[in-house]
Amino acid sequence: MSHDPLYEMVIGLEVHAQMRTRSKIFCGCSTTFGAEANTQICPVCAAFPGVLPVLNTELVQMAIKTGLAVHGKIREKSEFSRKNYFYPDLPAGYQISQFELPIIEQGELTIERDDGSHKRIGITRIHMEVDAGKSLHEGIQGASWIDLNRTGTPLLEIVSEPDLSTPQEAGAYLKKLRAILRYLQVCDGNMEEGSLRCDANVSVRRHGHTKLGTRTELKNLNSIRNVMRAIEYEANRQIDILESGGSIVQETRLWDANINASRPMRNKEEAHDYRYFPEPDLPPLVITQQRIDAVAQHLPELPDAKRQRFVRDLGLSEYDAGVLTATREMAMFFEESVQQGAHPKTAANWISVELLGRLNRENLEIEQSKVSPNHLGRLITLIQNNEISGKIAKQVFDIMFETGANPETIVQEHGLKQVSDTGAIESIIAQVLADNPQQVQQYREGKTKVMGFLVGQVMKATQGKANPTAVNAILQDKLTG
Amino acid sequence: MSIPIETVRHVAALARLHVDEATLPALTEQLSNILNLVNQLNELDTQDVVPMSHAVDMPTPERPDIVVNTQRKEALLANAPDVAQGHFQVPKIIE
Repeated sequence: MSHDPLYEMVIGLEVHAQMRTRSKIFCGCSTTFGAEANTQICPVCAAFPGVLPVLNTELVQMAIKTGLAVHGKIREKSEFSRKNYFYPDLPAGYQISQFELPIIEQGELTIERDDGSHKRIGITRIHMEVDAGKSLHEGIQGASWIDLNRTGTPLLEIVSEPDLSTPQEAGAYLKKLRAILRYLQVCDGNMEEGSLRCDANVSVRRHGHTKLGTRTELKNLNSIRNVMRAIEYEANRQIDILESGGSIVQETRLWDANINASRPMRNKEEAHDYRYFPEPDLPPLVITQQRIDAVAQHLPELPDAKRQRFVRDLGLSEYDAGVLTATREMAMFFEESVQQGAHPKTAANWISVELLGRLNRENLEIEQSKVSPNHLGRLITLIQNNEISGKIAKQVFDIMFETGANPETIVQEHGLKQVSDTGAIESIIAQVLADNPQQVQQYREGKTKVMGFLVGQVMKATQGKANPTAVNAILQDKLTG
Repeated sequence: MSIPIETVRHVAALARLHVDEATLPALTEQLSNILNLVNQLNELDTQDVVPMSHAVDMPTPERPDIVVNTQRKEALLANAPDVAQGHFQVPKIIE
């Protein structure tokens, strides 16, 4: 599917990120996922009359971190507001959120487009708010059930400017944002489990026009792939309507991943009349410059900075550096391998080709790898020290991947150590030359190509363990001598 | 100033209040009176006054991120109009 070239898309994303605090935003209930229903609730998050919310200080720290990471402005004074609506998963009848004075404004992040160019995407605002409970419908006759364990889990809502112009850019933005949140360790970024959720605002307009078209909001996008597909579908739907002389209805649409299509959400009889007002139970949040400075000092190295450093200081290609900094875990794996003495370029190759290749085939994440970064670093060091050949190293790696054993033990136990002892190699070469007089003759007549064949014979005789440099040197010597 | 009867109907619907059509005119008059009373504030010049959301001038207090498990599931569910297998039970939300 590709959209009409006469039109361009205007896309903005709203991301809800669950913050990894231990306790909820306004009470001491645990935020642990998957507990028995309604066991992690108290009068505050279940919204009993007379309770008072008290803000979790760790959430404020996480919001400041996130704001700094996207170069946003952190408000000295921000304010909580009530967003009023009725829904069974919202026991208070209002959501405590931030409206007029959010904690972060005017951030940005940079995405890399498919053609390798970079684009700055504005972040309008980031605000703190409470998550709602969960409703269950499956298999329940004539009723729905409510589990309030999630109620009061802290969220950051991150709102982008409508700066995105293609589904691919939207995907790149989400990947970058998720990587930043994970590097900061403020959100685990799992879209399938709902700890990171995304709504997309989509409109189209003719190229060259500056006036924005009517937009629709897409919900229920539980993977980056679905976000991209839903945007593509929606843009085409809008273009079809406009081309046939119709006009777009501003509405919220639900994406159905099973049929790759969206449908309008049932119209609320009173759409979007939230009657925000300042939350009377919470005075304004005041953040001092000292507090911001203290957080800034402990900010980890973020993906962009790490990628640039890998290119500049370690000599990696842009591509390898991009692959290795895509997740915090991958970057840590690489850096730990290099700490064992592995050459950065070699380590980058082994990780992106051998390790990721195997992990992808077996559908595993790098955190689940039996090969530890320490062991991989040591394996590469063995190659660098000529203790094993690159070919043997792949055999050793396969065993490491299956068993998690360390490379030295595997080399020892399987007798894979490279033979660099020239005496031993010389006697094998003598045997090979004696067995292949015809090739020796050809070589001496100038057909130097047979050298490859002879090297192969030696390697075969030593089961690949002979040091290739030594074999080449000695063979050359014998043949020309 | 008088608000239209439509506004009262709308506000009642937002608040999930069932209001008889017969009582709407009286409610409209009462709400208009309340708004007129509050509207007197508009006569003041507030050009140089910083907007205020709270009467008490203090920053919001913050608490440490510590889990306190109150273990009060039964007590909290006891107040619900309807309960099933440890859940709050409500009329079916989606078809």
